[in-house]
Amino acid sequence: MTGARLRAGTGAFGRAATARLALYALCTLICLFLVAPTLLVLPMSFSGTAYLQFPPESWSLQWYAVFFESPVWRRAMLVSFQAGVMASVLATLIGTAAAYSISRRPELRLILYGLFIAPMVVPVILIAAGLFYIYARLGLNNTMTGLVLAHTLLALPYVVLTVGAALLSFDANQERAAVSLGATPLRAFATVTLPQIRFSVLSAALLAFLISLDDAVVALFVSGGHNATITRRMFNALRDQIDPTIAAISTCLIVLSLLLFASTRIARHREAAGRAHA
Amino acid sequence: MPAPDALRLARAEKMHKLRLLSLSFPAIGIVTLMLVMPLFVLVGLSFLDGDGGVSLGNYQRMLRPAYYTAFVDTFLISALVTLICVLLGYPLAYGLTLLPPGLARLGIALVLLPLWTSVLVRTYAWLIILQTRGVINSVLLSTGLSDQPIRLVYNYTGTVIGTAHILVPFLVLPLYASIRAIDKHLIYASTSLGASPARTFRSVLLPLSLPGLFAGATIVFVLSLGAYVTPAVLGGGRVQMWAMLIERSITLYQHWGAASALGVALLVATLSILYAAYRFAGLRSFGVQA
Repeated sequence: MTGARLRAGTGAFGRAATARLALYALCTLICLFLVAPTLLVLPMSFSGTAYLQFPPESWSLQWYAVFFESPVWRRAMLVSFQAGVMASVLATLIGTAAAYSISRRPELRLILYGLFIAPMVVPVILIAAGLFYIYARLGLNNTMTGLVLAHTLLALPYVVLTVGAALLSFDANQERAAVSLGATPLRAFATVTLPQIRFSVLSAALLAFLISLDDAVVALFVSGGHNATITRRMFNALRDQIDPTIAAISTCLIVLSLLLFASTRIARHREAAGRAHA
Repeated sequence: MPAPDALRLARAEKMHKLRLLSLSFPAIGIVTLMLVMPLFVLVGLSFLDGDGGVSLGNYQRMLRPAYYTAFVDTFLISALVTLICVLLGYPLAYGLTLLPPGLARLGIALVLLPLWTSVLVRTYAWLIILQTRGVINSVLLSTGLSDQPIRLVYNYTGTVIGTAHILVPFLVLPLYASIRAIDKHLIYASTSLGASPARTFRSVLLPLSLPGLFAGATIVFVLSLGAYVTPAVLGGGRVQMWAMLIERSITLYQHWGAASALGVALLVATLSILYAAYRFAGLRSFGVQA
């Protein structure tokens, strides 16, 4: 009887093992579904023909040449970069200050978090429409200032959440000790707190840059002409024709995303390692 | 005399708190001026008719068949997208919790990576895959599974596939956190007592992971409700979703009253769904962090 029960037991475990193996196979397929489509853009960008056939009949770098030689595309890329860097700096400064303030005023956490998360919760098409309307009155449409401010707004929640999470696990008493020993609050923050959350702040800045670079909807409304972003130009080009030039630009953006992603992963790893040593 | 001292201390404490709060002022300012105020303006515009009079005309217009079909389509597409995300995201999230730490980290990276890739780039990738001369059709034609290309894009099929692909990570992340928090001994106990994997899933894993599943599904549904870029590109003008109606009312017809009413309705729908999820299922955050 014991033997029978044992066999029944191994039977159940055997079935569980088979089920687990099937689950892993399924997971691999789903991961493939998540990642593979984007990777297919890469070979397309080296196509030798003007239409998108897979696999390409011949290979060339002509679409990269079209991209880099076109003043319109180059300008759009420059606009996206400038807006991304400025919005990232602005959102990181404003967002870190806000996250710090929330971490020291827990009684206001709910209402302030609610406010700062709003740009992430409100449908982006509404943010775009509202800004377009307001900007029209202020003459900010199609300007770099308007674009940077709009992207700062979009990136703010991500900075507040990322830095806020890091501050949660930071022991505020360390900073209080510094202040009680005579440091000014700013100095205490800069020398005690900031070094311990610097990788989170860096992650937040990279994420903010990415949010700005990725935005197509707000840019579609408030950016244009000389200050049109790369996403805006790509979106319009996609609706008209699917030229392999877009594949070349996309490949550049994918490589950039990979670099940003790897940087934040390393930053997180460093911060976690730093905590473990401390 | 202790009273004045106490008073001064209290005042100093108040000043300190105010100084701390003032660090939030730039952020409060930017959200108020660039989000809250424009939203109020849009609400105001939605109640004005063409001549500047107050009316409900913009909301009444939304009941017309053209708008009504777009609403129904938007909800149906969002429901289908959510279903696909659940079917793909659940096994993935569960599988990730079973993996050894190193592999799990790789798996999480694979889920996060698409979030770091531009939505426009991912949408374009699906255009390449689904178009008439695209990857899928060339495979179908060359293997003889089909003798003519199948129309997979510039319609509902393309819109649903592309939107689901973009939103899967938003389901996986909260669900993964929720499944990871489940005491694994409950699952071992169920298995060792002879329950089949299916039975263990049905009576132990699924009920315990429902909050995370619900949170993820809510986020996916809400994001899909307001989706613009992917339906606009992969729908090829044949699919009308809510956000596209708003964009068209502004850029094509300069009809701010109609656009605002549609926008307010979308906002109310989004916030009600999120509030309901928060109130009844403890939805905490979007689960999106670096």
